[in-house]
Amino acid sequence: MRNLLRSHPTEARLLVVLVALCAGLGIGSDQFLTLGNAASLLNNSSVNLIWAVGLLVVLIAGGIDISFAVAASVVQYLCVYAFAGLGGGNWLIGFLVAGALGAGLGFVNAGLIHGFRVISIVITIATFNAYFGLLMFFTSGRFLYDLPGWWSRRIIIVEHQSADGRWAELTLPVAVMLVCVIATWALINRTSTGRQLYAFGDNPEGARRAGVKVATMQFIAFGWCGMMAGIGGLMQVNITREVVPNALIGRELDVLAAVVLGGARLGGGRGSVLGCVLGVMLVAITQNGLNLLGVSPYAFKMIVGATILIAISTASLRFGRAPVRGHGTARKGH
Amino acid sequence: MTAAEPAADPAERTATESPALRLAHVSKLFGGVRALDDVAFALGRGEVHCLAGENGCGKSTLIKIVTGVHAPEPGAEIEIFGQPVTSVTPTLARGLGIAVIWQDLALFPEMTVAENIAFDTLVGGRPRGVNYRAMRGLAAGVLDRLGVGLDLDARLNTLPIADRQIVAIARALAGDARLIFMDEPTASLTQSETDSLLAIVRALSARGVAIVFVSHRLAEVLEIASRVTVLRDGRLVGVYPTAGMTQSRLTELMTGRQFSHAVRARDLAAERAVLVLDGLARRGEFEGIGLTIRAGEIVGLTGLIGSGRTELAHAVFGLTRPDAGTIRLDGRALELRSNRDAVAAGIAYVPEDRLALGLIQPQSIADNIVLSVLPGITGGAGLISEPARAGVVGHWLRELAIRIGRPSDPVSTLSGGNQQRVVLAKWLATKPRLLILDSPTVGVDVGAREGIFAIIRDLAAQGLAILLISDEVPEVYFNADRVLHMAGGRLVGEYDPRQITLAELEERIYA
Repeated sequence: MRNLLRSHPTEARLLVVLVALCAGLGIGSDQFLTLGNAASLLNNSSVNLIWAVGLLVVLIAGGIDISFAVAASVVQYLCVYAFAGLGGGNWLIGFLVAGALGAGLGFVNAGLIHGFRVISIVITIATFNAYFGLLMFFTSGRFLYDLPGWWSRRIIIVEHQSADGRWAELTLPVAVMLVCVIATWALINRTSTGRQLYAFGDNPEGARRAGVKVATMQFIAFGWCGMMAGIGGLMQVNITREVVPNALIGRELDVLAAVVLGGARLGGGRGSVLGCVLGVMLVAITQNGLNLLGVSPYAFKMIVGATILIAISTASLRFGRAPVRGHGTARKGH
Repeated sequence: MTAAEPAADPAERTATESPALRLAHVSKLFGGVRALDDVAFALGRGEVHCLAGENGCGKSTLIKIVTGVHAPEPGAEIEIFGQPVTSVTPTLARGLGIAVIWQDLALFPEMTVAENIAFDTLVGGRPRGVNYRAMRGLAAGVLDRLGVGLDLDARLNTLPIADRQIVAIARALAGDARLIFMDEPTASLTQSETDSLLAIVRALSARGVAIVFVSHRLAEVLEIASRVTVLRDGRLVGVYPTAGMTQSRLTELMTGRQFSHAVRARDLAAERAVLVLDGLARRGEFEGIGLTIRAGEIVGLTGLIGSGRTELAHAVFGLTRPDAGTIRLDGRALELRSNRDAVAAGIAYVPEDRLALGLIQPQSIADNIVLSVLPGITGGAGLISEPARAGVVGHWLRELAIRIGRPSDPVSTLSGGNQQRVVLAKWLATKPRLLILDSPTVGVDVGAREGIFAIIRDLAAQGLAILLISDEVPEVYFNADRVLHMAGGRLVGEYDPRQITLAELEERIYA
């Protein structure tokens, strides 16, 4: 723990806050600390977690992506037609098509950012609008319910019956989320490409001089984020069993806030998968707890917003202080 | 050397017989500007060679071409360890044994020491797994060879600048470099750190590693290098052995001008005292400081980094509060609660780290100059008066002979010397009584330094009291009326440049 505190202060603090929150909610509500509630929390957070780790990679590489949630909606619609064209499809085809379409939309972002040398927030706000506009125009806002059976069927991975007879079930999106989280962790921590992404986000010019290929970094970061957007979109349909064009718009900001809460820095070079997961879960558990405590749903956004503000501002009070610069003060005693 | 081969310089012979690097007909255009014009350059294995020239002479461009950051114009010949190379990429250059320690370090502040040192093993080739154990091993090995101990797992941004410099050197050595470019490696080091760096350079050279050394500190250059290549305005001036070369001759070659070095100290004991410090102290920084600066006087304050010079300046400028003692300006005792009070009282301070603290780089030259006097040029409605602004800007551009395109250009487009003048203008616009200059020539090339000192002497002649803080003893020796020596937070000596030689003064300060 002491090691974690030293090397990852943000993550350690989040963990402490999370444990305290869980303990408090456990006392406040007898339903919170049940297997069933934990399972439904995971089921409901899996899509956000998939998106969060995708976005994390972009943030680490020094960019930002506003368009991924809308891109996920685009992928959902395209998937419906693609599966129909491919004779109904199956899970394998589903993952390949959704992942590839998502990555493709991410590559569009990367291509525009690198090609025009425009900062990513501007490009992805533009593509956010373009994707959403195209989607609404071509679908006329129509919902789709007629989906292949394999796609909308609930798949239970693990189940457990408690003594009181209630079931706790983990569904497919949780398993997919775990794979995405572990894959992202491996990418950014265990591959040369991942370390180059960190370096590129940290000091772009230094990375360039070291021979890091700038365009490759952009395509990998935004492609990965897009792929996660697509896979998350696929899972979202598995949960809700419908495709709604404006269902996901707005989710990008929730995810972004949770990822930044987890210690990723706007500006690049910093962020971890652990922090990212903790950030998403802190927001999810806060909402879950408010629900169980019977707080009005109208107050949710306000309280979640306040939670994020408090968490981020206290974190920067303790740890965000810039290291003391200048010779005299920093090196006194030499 | 035998009588049969009298003239051949040994270093030159190595360069021809077993060259580490040979360049010919290297040119580079940026837009319409010719940054390099048909330049040739060569050095032999194990040679320490200095690349000298003023800012903007093309040194950095040359290094960037050899390391593949920029491509030269067609027609350039590049030979690395005898192998002709048509197009250099950073990965290829590293593969051939070339490493660079960039002036701006080019390190990764959020990554650990070990990762920074071994970073180059992650780049190039196909994507692969990261072997942290091997990276740590490599980093530890290099630091060991350098004889320094650093925490391998510390994030780089938690280290002081000097340690980051060591990390940059270690990174260059990690790739088994046979040719290392060092671009201003000593700019942020103290004397003792510089000495150990020079020792490392000698050890590397003895092992056959060729080193191209770039530094503004000419004494260092002449001490460490065997030959020096001088560039001016993108053209080759010549290649000279350092044996028999003097600093003033080298300055002449770099600038194409002659400078007279003479002690300019005057006796101003009869003048009115402007600043009087008495018993000034701040816990852990400095104590018992008593000094007087008279109208028109330039007082040099020198001493090693960490001696408390900058801290003293901060206290006089109201950035920190002294624990004891008094600050009097024009006979009035000052109680400074912030630097705004100091500015209002007539104190101006040009900080050491000009780029970070003194200027707002992306903003225009004009906006930077008026930054300190905004209330004075604001009209009735709370809006900035355009004629008043233009008046202030125009006055100081003329007064300080700042060479610029337009006042609306960003400050970042100016050379180091001209940026320093903009900082001066910003503070002079507040009409100060006392001007504190902290290391005003760091990062400013030799020719421009003279210009800045000419301005400083002019200002003194107009009656301004000036405290000139500098690392470089010659700078205070030749420009100040009195030299104060600070060590361990105390004033330990006062010298009159007319009664001591430069060598004696340097010995007392570096002893």
